[in-house]
Amino acid sequence: MGSIFSTSIGKKLVMSISGLFLLTFLLVHLTVNLMLLVDNGETFNKAAHFMATNPVIKIVEPLLAFGFIFHILFSGYLYIRNLRARPIGYAVSASDGTSTWTSKNMLILGSTILAFLILHIANFFWKMRFGEVPTISYDNGITVMQDAYPLVSGLFIDYWWYDVIYIVAAVLLGLHLSHGFWSAFQTLGWNNQKWISRLSTIAYIFAAVIASGFTIIPLYFLIFK
Amino acid sequence: MNFKLKIWRQANAKAKGKFETYDLKDASPEMSFLEMLDYFNSTQIVQGKEPIVFEHDCREGICGCCGLYINGRPHGLMNRTTTCELHMREFNDGETITIEPWRSAAFPVIKDLMIDRNAFDKIMQAGGYITINTGAAQDANTTPIPKANADDAFDAASCIGCGACVAACKNSSAMLFIAAKVSQLALVPQGKAEAKERVSRMVAKMDELGFGSCTNTRACEGECPKGISISHIARLNREFWVAKLND
Repeated sequence: MGSIFSTSIGKKLVMSISGLFLLTFLLVHLTVNLMLLVDNGETFNKAAHFMATNPVIKIVEPLLAFGFIFHILFSGYLYIRNLRARPIGYAVSASDGTSTWTSKNMLILGSTILAFLILHIANFFWKMRFGEVPTISYDNGITVMQDAYPLVSGLFIDYWWYDVIYIVAAVLLGLHLSHGFWSAFQTLGWNNQKWISRLSTIAYIFAAVIASGFTIIPLYFLIFK
Repeated sequence: MNFKLKIWRQANAKAKGKFETYDLKDASPEMSFLEMLDYFNSTQIVQGKEPIVFEHDCREGICGCCGLYINGRPHGLMNRTTTCELHMREFNDGETITIEPWRSAAFPVIKDLMIDRNAFDKIMQAGGYITINTGAAQDANTTPIPKANADDAFDAASCIGCGACVAACKNSSAMLFIAAKVSQLALVPQGKAEAKERVSRMVAKMDELGFGSCTNTRACEGECPKGISISHIARLNREFWVAKLND
């Protein structure tokens, strides 16, 4: 059983499972973020507080970190191994159009997303976890929590170029998912002649939801605030 | 028809190869690509020059020998054809045609355009067979097989082992080849008995020989002269982890 991870397919399984895990995280993350649009921060602050204090999330958080680490490390390992498989390249390369640009450039897309992720963590997660964030109380002073809303709205209102970075990152993430989603199921073996078009359609829908969802938030602050 | 041929020349496996450009005059549009190369070689021989080496055998699209990377695509611009089935009428008069060997660490160049595809034989030797002696053909109805399975197995069995999948894949992955060979046996009762050992051994051999891993780009499927679907790769993945769970 353990020997599976020493094989190329085993390593792909790690990419697939960690990728699917990160997809579910993205859905939760987007849901919480969309609360930014509901009112002037109360709903979002409460959602962020729930995420920061919920015991289940506390358990999942380190798993999420491992999910990212495995996904990144294994992609690097597989990429280098794949490069070695063709030491001399072709002088001319054409294509019949079967493979998408996205599918051939997952590492470039992933690396750009990783660079964004570091910026994103520095922008929000790091400050909220290790920095000084003012608190706010709701329900007549009964519940006290970090006031995360000004941190997010301030960044998006005061710096238009952060809005641009976040929108570009959302689009690149969408492209990454448009291949990654169905590819994960293919690697798990859950695919056949019928499901191949179904899965790729679901992948495009999922990618569009994630990309447009994360695009709406900076756009909202840029235009309406 | 006249062509400018840009051909990879390499004296042997260890030599450093390079492209040479040649002018070819008066080729006929009815010539197959291999006949064009034969004709080109005849013009070389009368000039006392060394002909180019390329592999060929059946010339009817079933042996898998004639793998050439033509203008950036395995077996040239036509879908679902081998090089021998490609005709010069598909090219434009005066066109430059670039001809390269398959590029893969697992397929070293023997000479010029001819590569060593022994890696595929080694993968087959690792488990691409049924060990029992089947004897004479049985009555067709003795072992009932659902039509859908038989069709799928037959589609997989149409793989001619040409290596276009490896050549087309940006990772030089042999997954479509192995998937076809695993599928053709996994789908029928005769192959099921040894399915787990077969898939484990073939994948281990593939990794050992230096083929890359699959990133699901589907390039192989598009370039396969037999149109073998990547759904067979999904089956291979499934067969593989199920086999490993039982290890």
